[in-house]
Amino acid sequence: MKKLLLLAASLFLVLSFAVSAGAKTVTVGLDADPVSLDPHVQLSGGMLQLSHWVFDPLVRWTQELTFEPRLATKWERLDELTMRFYLRKGVKFHSGNPFTAKDVKWSFDRMRTGVDFKALLEPFEGVTIVDDYTVDIKTKKPYALLLNMATYFFAMDSKFYTGTDANGQPKDAILKIGESFALNNESGTGAFVVTKREHGVGLEMERFKDYWDTKSPGNISKLIIAPIKENATRVAALLSGDVDFISPVPPQDFRRIDSDDKVKLVTISGGRIITFQMNQNRVEALKDVRVRQAIVHAVNNAGIVKKIMKGTATVAAQQGPRGYAGYKEALKPRYDLAKAKALMKEAGYANGFEITMMAPNNRYVNDAKIAEATAQMLGKIGIKVNLKTMPKAQYWNEFDARASDMMLIGWHSDTEDSGNFSEFLMMCENKETGYGAYNSGYCNPKVDELTIAAQSETNLEKRTAMLQEIEQILYDDAAFVPFHWQNHSYGAKKNLQVKPIVNAMNFPYFGDMIAD
Amino acid sequence: MFAFIFRRILQAVVVMLVISLAVFAIKNQFGDPVRDLVGERVTPEERAQIAEKMGLNDPFFTQYGRFVRDAVTKGDLGRSFLYNKPNTEVIIAHAPATIELVFGTALIIIVISLPLGIYCALWPRRLLSRFTMSFSTLGVSMPVFLTAILLIYLFAVHWQVLPSYGRGKTVDLFGMGYWHTGLLTIDGIRHLILPCVSLSTLMLPLFIRLIRSEMMEVMETEYIKYAWAKGLSPARVWLVHAFKNTLLPVITVFGVQIGIMFAFTLLTELVFQWPGMGFMFLEAVNRADLSLLIAYMVVVAALFVFVNTVVDILYGFINPTVRITGSK
Repeated sequence: MKKLLLLAASLFLVLSFAVSAGAKTVTVGLDADPVSLDPHVQLSGGMLQLSHWVFDPLVRWTQELTFEPRLATKWERLDELTMRFYLRKGVKFHSGNPFTAKDVKWSFDRMRTGVDFKALLEPFEGVTIVDDYTVDIKTKKPYALLLNMATYFFAMDSKFYTGTDANGQPKDAILKIGESFALNNESGTGAFVVTKREHGVGLEMERFKDYWDTKSPGNISKLIIAPIKENATRVAALLSGDVDFISPVPPQDFRRIDSDDKVKLVTISGGRIITFQMNQNRVEALKDVRVRQAIVHAVNNAGIVKKIMKGTATVAAQQGPRGYAGYKEALKPRYDLAKAKALMKEAGYANGFEITMMAPNNRYVNDAKIAEATAQMLGKIGIKVNLKTMPKAQYWNEFDARASDMMLIGWHSDTEDSGNFSEFLMMCENKETGYGAYNSGYCNPKVDELTIAAQSETNLEKRTAMLQEIEQILYDDAAFVPFHWQNHSYGAKKNLQVKPIVNAMNFPYFGDMIAD
Repeated sequence: MFAFIFRRILQAVVVMLVISLAVFAIKNQFGDPVRDLVGERVTPEERAQIAEKMGLNDPFFTQYGRFVRDAVTKGDLGRSFLYNKPNTEVIIAHAPATIELVFGTALIIIVISLPLGIYCALWPRRLLSRFTMSFSTLGVSMPVFLTAILLIYLFAVHWQVLPSYGRGKTVDLFGMGYWHTGLLTIDGIRHLILPCVSLSTLMLPLFIRLIRSEMMEVMETEYIKYAWAKGLSPARVWLVHAFKNTLLPVITVFGVQIGIMFAFTLLTELVFQWPGMGFMFLEAVNRADLSLLIAYMVVVAALFVFVNTVVDILYGFINPTVRITGSK
C-alpha cells in the first residue's frame, strides 16, 4: 500500500511539472474529428479538411475560386481529352520517400476504387505516366471540369502503402468497417504529420520538417484537433482560452464572439444552397406552376436569413452562388405575399390545401427552425403544413423514400461548379445513370438536356450561357424553394491570422496560418 | 440449494435473451448506419451492397442468432461502425471516464451533504440552515444542462480559473491501455471539478434533506433522550449515537442513487465533451451506430441481471424462505 501511494505521488509530481514545449501550438475545436486518416475512405467535408492538412492535391482552390499550383507546378491541355500536369520536384513524403509521378497514378487508381469517389471520377479514363515528373490525365469525353476535379487528387505515398500489414491485409485496402492500415497510418506530403490519434478524443499533428512549401508563411508547429460537439461548450472553450480556433460558430453566438476583445469572428460566404423541394408526383396542386410560384413568393427567405441565420448567410434565388459559372445576376429573391395569394386564387386554390413537410434537425445550420418558419409562412396563403423534423440518421432514409410532399435539402457542389447542383437535385430522377438522385418530384427534359450538354462543353463562354439558362428555367418554373447559401464561420484568438487561410469550400489551410 | 441456484441462473439467461431480443427489435428505429459511413454522393445500389456486406439485410432472426452465437461463444458483441473497433473495446475504453466522473460526484456529495445535513438537523433555525434548505430547492429544480452551462460561463469564461471541456491530461493507470485516469494529474483533476459539481447539484440537495430529516427523527428517539440523561457530551450524542443510526437508510439510498447517477451522466458528458459512456451512447444514437447501441444496452442489462442474480442467490443462503417461495 505504501509503495502504491509513493508511486502515485511520484507520478503526480512528474506529470504536473511536465510542461509542454509551447512553441506555437494551436488547438482547434471542431464539431467532430475526422473519421479516419485515409483520404479515400469517405467523401465528406471533414475528411477533405484533413486531407489538406496532411496531404497535398495537384492543385487547390484559392479564395477567389481560382487554381493554385500545389504538387503540380503547371498544366496544359494537350487535346480535348487530355491534360498534362508537370509535377513539383524535390517533394518528400512524411516517410522520407520522394514524391514522383508514380504516386499520382497510384493514388488516382486507389481513389477510384473507393465507393464514395466512384461517381465523381466516372468521367475519367485514367492517369498515364510520361516521366518521373509528368503525368497525363485523360477523360472519356471532353470534360470542362478536369481542373476542378484535380483539387481532389491528393497524393499518397505509394511505397508506404504497398505491402501487407501486421494482420496480413494489403496496406492499401479501403475499408469502411474494420481495421485497415491507412485508417491509422499516414504518409502524405502535407504540412502536418499526425503524431497521435484517438477517435472521438482528438488528433495531434506536428509540422513536417521537410515540408516542400518553404514559401508558406505558416508557423504553427503543433496543431491539435479537439472535437467539441455541443455548440455552447465550443464557444465557451474559445472564450475561456482552452482552444485557439473553433468552427462552426453557432449564429446565436456571433455577436458574443465579435464583441469580445480577445477573440474575433471570421466568416466567408460558402456555396451550400438550402432548398425545399416540392414533390409533384405526390401532390396534384404542385404540378401547377402558379402554385409553386405562390409558395416561392410566400416564403420570406430574406427574413429567415435576418432573423434565424442572424445575417450569416446570403439570400438566394438560384442554385449556384456568385462566382459560379451559372450565376445570373438578374435573378432576385421574390418575397411578395400579396402576389402569392393572388397566384393561389388564380390557380383555383383560394382556400388552400394541406401538405406534409419533412426536414432534418441536425444536418444544416438551423434546419429545423427554417422548416418551422416556412410552414408558418405557407399558412398565410392557406397551405396547411404538417411538419415533421428528425435527426439526419433517420432523415436520409425518408428522403430516399420521398416520404413527404416538401423536403428540405442542402447541397454543396463537389466541383465548385453550377452543373453539379442540377445533376443531383434537378435532373429527372434516373436510377440507371444516377442523375437526379436527390430530386424529389421535378422533371423538365430541357434542364436535363442543357445540363448534359454543359458537361462536355469546353468553350467556357458557351458553357456559362447554358448554365445560366438552366438557372433561368428553374427560376421561372419555381422548381424549388431557394433559401440561402450558408456562410462558413470561424472564431479565433486575435493572434491568429485567419482571413488568409479560409475559403468558400470550408477547408481552412492551417499549413499557411500565421500565429503572431 | 443447487436446484435453486440453477433456477435463478436459468431465469437470468431467459431475461437476457428477452432484453437482447427487445433491443434488437427496436434497432431499426434509429436510422440507417450506412448513411453515416458514406458520402451523400454514393448511389442507393452501392449503399445496398455495403448493407449487404454488413449483414444488415439478413432476416431478423439470422441477425439475432448471429449476435447471440458470437456473444456466447466468443464474447464478441460485434463491431462499432462509428469507432471502427470491437464494441467491447469501445465500451471498456469509455468506462473509466464515466466511473471517475461518478466517483468524483459521489465524493462531493459525501463531503458536503454529511456536515450540512447534520448541521441543518441540529440547528434548523439558524441562518445557514435556512439558506441551505431554500438553496437546495433551487438545486433540485434546475436542469443539469443549465447548471453545467452556467458553471462553464462563470468558471471557465468569466473568471477563467477552470477548463471548459474534456478530461485534460490522463495517465495510463496500469500500463495496459485499459484505464486512462485523470485523477493523478493536477490538470486531470481541474478538468473533473466542473462536471462533478454540475452532476452533484442533482443529488446533493436530496441527500442534505434526507440526512437532515433522518437525523431529526433520530434525535427524538428514546435512546437519545437517555443518552442526554446519562450526561454524555453533545459531540458523543450527535456523532456516535444519533449520526450512526441516521446512516443506515442514507447508505441504502446512496447505493441506489449511484446507479441512477450513471444514467444522468448523459447530459453532463455531452455539455463537457466528456469522453465517457454517456457521450458514447449519445453519439451512437445520433450516428445510428446500431451495433454499438445494441452492445451497450446488452452490457448494461447484463450488469443489472448479474448483480440481481447474485443478490438473489445470496438471499437464498441467508434466508431460506426465499428459496422455498421460489419452488413449488
